[in-house]
Amino acid sequence: MDNIILSTAARALAFGTPLMLGSLGAVYAERAGVVNLGMEGMMILGALAGFAITKNTGSPLEGILVAALVGALAASIHAFISITLKANQYVSGLALSMFGLGLSSLLGKPFEGLPLFTQLENVTVPGLSSIPGLGVFFTDQSPLSYFALVLGVVLWLVLFRSKLGVVIRSTGENPSAVDSLGGNVTLVRYACVIFGGMLAGIAGAFLSVAYRPAWTEGLTGGIGWIALSIAIFAAWNPLGAIGGSLFFGALYSLSFSKLQESISPSLLKMMPFICVLLALSLNALRKNSRSNVPEALGLPYQRGQR
Amino acid sequence: MTTSTVKRTNARQWGPFFIESRETPPQSWLFTLSMLSVLATLILTGVIFALYGQNPITAYITLAGGTLGDLSSLGVVLQRAIPLMLIGVGLVVAFRAQFFNIGAEGQLLAGAVGASAVALFFPNFGILEIPVMFIVAFVCGAVWGFIPAILKLKLEINEVISTLMMNYIAISIVEWLVNGPWKGKNQVGYSYTDTFPDAAWIPKIGSSTVHYPTLIVALALVALVAFVIARTRLGFRMRILGENPVAAKYIGINTLNTTLAVVMLSAGAAGIAGAGEVGAIHHKLLDPAQISLGYGYTAIIVAWLARGNPISVIFTAIFLGVVFAAGDVMKVSLQMPAQTTNVINGLLLFFLISTEPLVKLKISLAQGTWKLER
Repeated sequence: MDNIILSTAARALAFGTPLMLGSLGAVYAERAGVVNLGMEGMMILGALAGFAITKNTGSPLEGILVAALVGALAASIHAFISITLKANQYVSGLALSMFGLGLSSLLGKPFEGLPLFTQLENVTVPGLSSIPGLGVFFTDQSPLSYFALVLGVVLWLVLFRSKLGVVIRSTGENPSAVDSLGGNVTLVRYACVIFGGMLAGIAGAFLSVAYRPAWTEGLTGGIGWIALSIAIFAAWNPLGAIGGSLFFGALYSLSFSKLQESISPSLLKMMPFICVLLALSLNALRKNSRSNVPEALGLPYQRGQR
Repeated sequence: MTTSTVKRTNARQWGPFFIESRETPPQSWLFTLSMLSVLATLILTGVIFALYGQNPITAYITLAGGTLGDLSSLGVVLQRAIPLMLIGVGLVVAFRAQFFNIGAEGQLLAGAVGASAVALFFPNFGILEIPVMFIVAFVCGAVWGFIPAILKLKLEINEVISTLMMNYIAISIVEWLVNGPWKGKNQVGYSYTDTFPDAAWIPKIGSSTVHYPTLIVALALVALVAFVIARTRLGFRMRILGENPVAAKYIGINTLNTTLAVVMLSAGAAGIAGAGEVGAIHHKLLDPAQISLGYGYTAIIVAWLARGNPISVIFTAIFLGVVFAAGDVMKVSLQMPAQTTNVINGLLLFFLISTEPLVKLKISLAQGTWKLER
C-alpha cells in the first residue's frame, strides 16, 4: 500500500509539472489583470518548437529555451491585442488557442512519429532523495519538475513579499491607482503576460522533450485549460497552484495506471475535467471566495475612465 | 463592473482624416471592417502558404476551384454550413445575453448521442423518427448547456472554463460509448455503433450531401430568433440584459430565467446540429473527432462575424462553410493538414476583435478647417 502511495506521489510530480508551469504563468498574468485563454495554443506551440529544435540540434536545453521564446512570442500577440488595442481578452485568447493548435499541426506534420534520441534525462538529487517519505520527489525526476517546484516558491516570494509583487497585484486590482502613482500599467501587464507565455512554452516542451519524447498533433489534450482552472481555484496563489497541480497530477497518474484494468480508459480520461468542475464549484461555495479575484481582471485599462 | 462610455465631442484630426466617435455605427461600416478582416486573414494565410512551399496564388485558385467550382463542391460547402448556421445563430443569442458559450462542441456531441439513442433503440416511430431524433437531440444539447449555465448563475463560475470542460467530458463519453456499451455487433475492429435503420437516415438533396431537413430547421431557427429578438418581450429582455445587466435587474427582468432560456436555446440548437451530422452524414455514432471537426469553435467566428444579427448568420455560416470545405481540398490537393483551417479561423478572429475599437469611430476626409458636428 505504501508503495502505491509513493509511486503515485512520484508520478504526480511528473504529470503535474506542465500544470505547475502553466498555472504559475496564468497566476502572474491574471494577477496583473489579463486573462489569457491562449494557454492551450501557447503550450502546443512550445511543445512543437521544443521537439523540433531538440531534434535538429540534439540539445534539449536549446529546445526548451526556444520553446520559451515561442511561448513568449505567442503571448505577445495576445498582449498587443488585449492591452494595446483593448479588445476582448476572452476572444483574443481563444483565437490564440485556435491559431496555435492549427499552426502546430501544420508545421508539425514532418515531425509526426519521429523518435527523439536526445531527450531531457531524469535526475536524482543526491542527499534529498534519501529523505524518508519526501525522497520520491527527488528520485528519478525531470530537471524541469525541480525547476517548477523552486520557481513556484520564488514566484510566491516575489508576489507576496516584494515591492514588485505589490505593483503586479495592484495592477490587477486597481490600475488607475498604479497609474496615478507613476507606475506603468501597460509595461507590467505586458511583462506578466509574456512571462506567462514563456512558462506555457516550457510546459509544452516538457511534454514533447522530457515526459514522452515525441510529437503528435494535439498532444496537449486539454492540459492548458486545466492549468488555467488551477490558477482560479488556487485563488491566484503560486503555492496553491503547486498544490493544485500535484493533486491533478496524482489524478492523471491514477487514471493511467491502477484503475485502467477495471474502468474504461475513455471514462478515466474525463476524470480530471469533472474534477475541475467540482473543484471550481467547491471553491465558489466557500465563503469569501470572490474576495480573491483581482478586481480589474479581464478589463482593459483606459486612462481617465473607470 | 461596467465601463461607462463618457459622451463627449471628441473629434480629432489624424493626417488627412477626420475622426469622430459615434454610438451606433451604420451596417455598411461594420461590413467594411469585416471585409478588411477577411482580406487581412487571406493575405497572412497566403504568407503561410508561401512559407510552406506553396505558391499562394495557385493555392488560392486551387482552393476556390475545389470549393466553389462545381455543384458537388458547392453542396459540400452547404453541408458544412448547416451545423455552423444552427450553432452560430444560437451563439448570437448567447453572446447577446453575455453568456460566452464555448461549449457548442460538447453540446453538438450530446445531441449526436441523443439522436443515436433514438435511432438505435427506438427505431419504430415511422415517419416521426427523424422529428423525434431532432427533439431528443435538442433536449440533450440543452441539458449539456444547462450545467455550465446554472454554475455561472448560482456560483459565478466562468462559463468559458466550464463549457470547455463539458466539451472534453462529452468527447470522453462518446469515445466510451462507441468502444464499449454501444459498440456495434457488426462493426468488427471499428469503434462504431451499428448503422442506423433506414427510417433514421435524414434525407439529402439528390446525390449531394445537403441534408435539407436540418437545413430547413436551421433556417427556421434563424427566422424565429430574428423575430424573437426584434418583436417579443423575451427579445427585449435579452437585449437589455446584454447591453446593461444592471439596468436589467432594476427594471425587474428575471436575469436568471432569461439567461437560462437563452443558453438552453443555444445549446439545443447545437444538439440539433449533432443529430444532423450522425443522422445524415455518418448514419452511426463514431469517433467524436469525426463527428464534429470543430464546428462548435468555428461557429464562434460565425456569430462574431454576424455582429449580433441573426439573419447575417446565414451568410457568415456559408462563408465559414467555404473555409471548412477548403480544409478538405487542402488535405487532398495541397497535401496540407485539414487542421490548417484552424490557423485561418484564429487569424480571422484576431483581426475581427482587433478592428473592434474602430467600430465606433467615424473616419472621413477632413476638408479645410475643423468642423465639429455630429
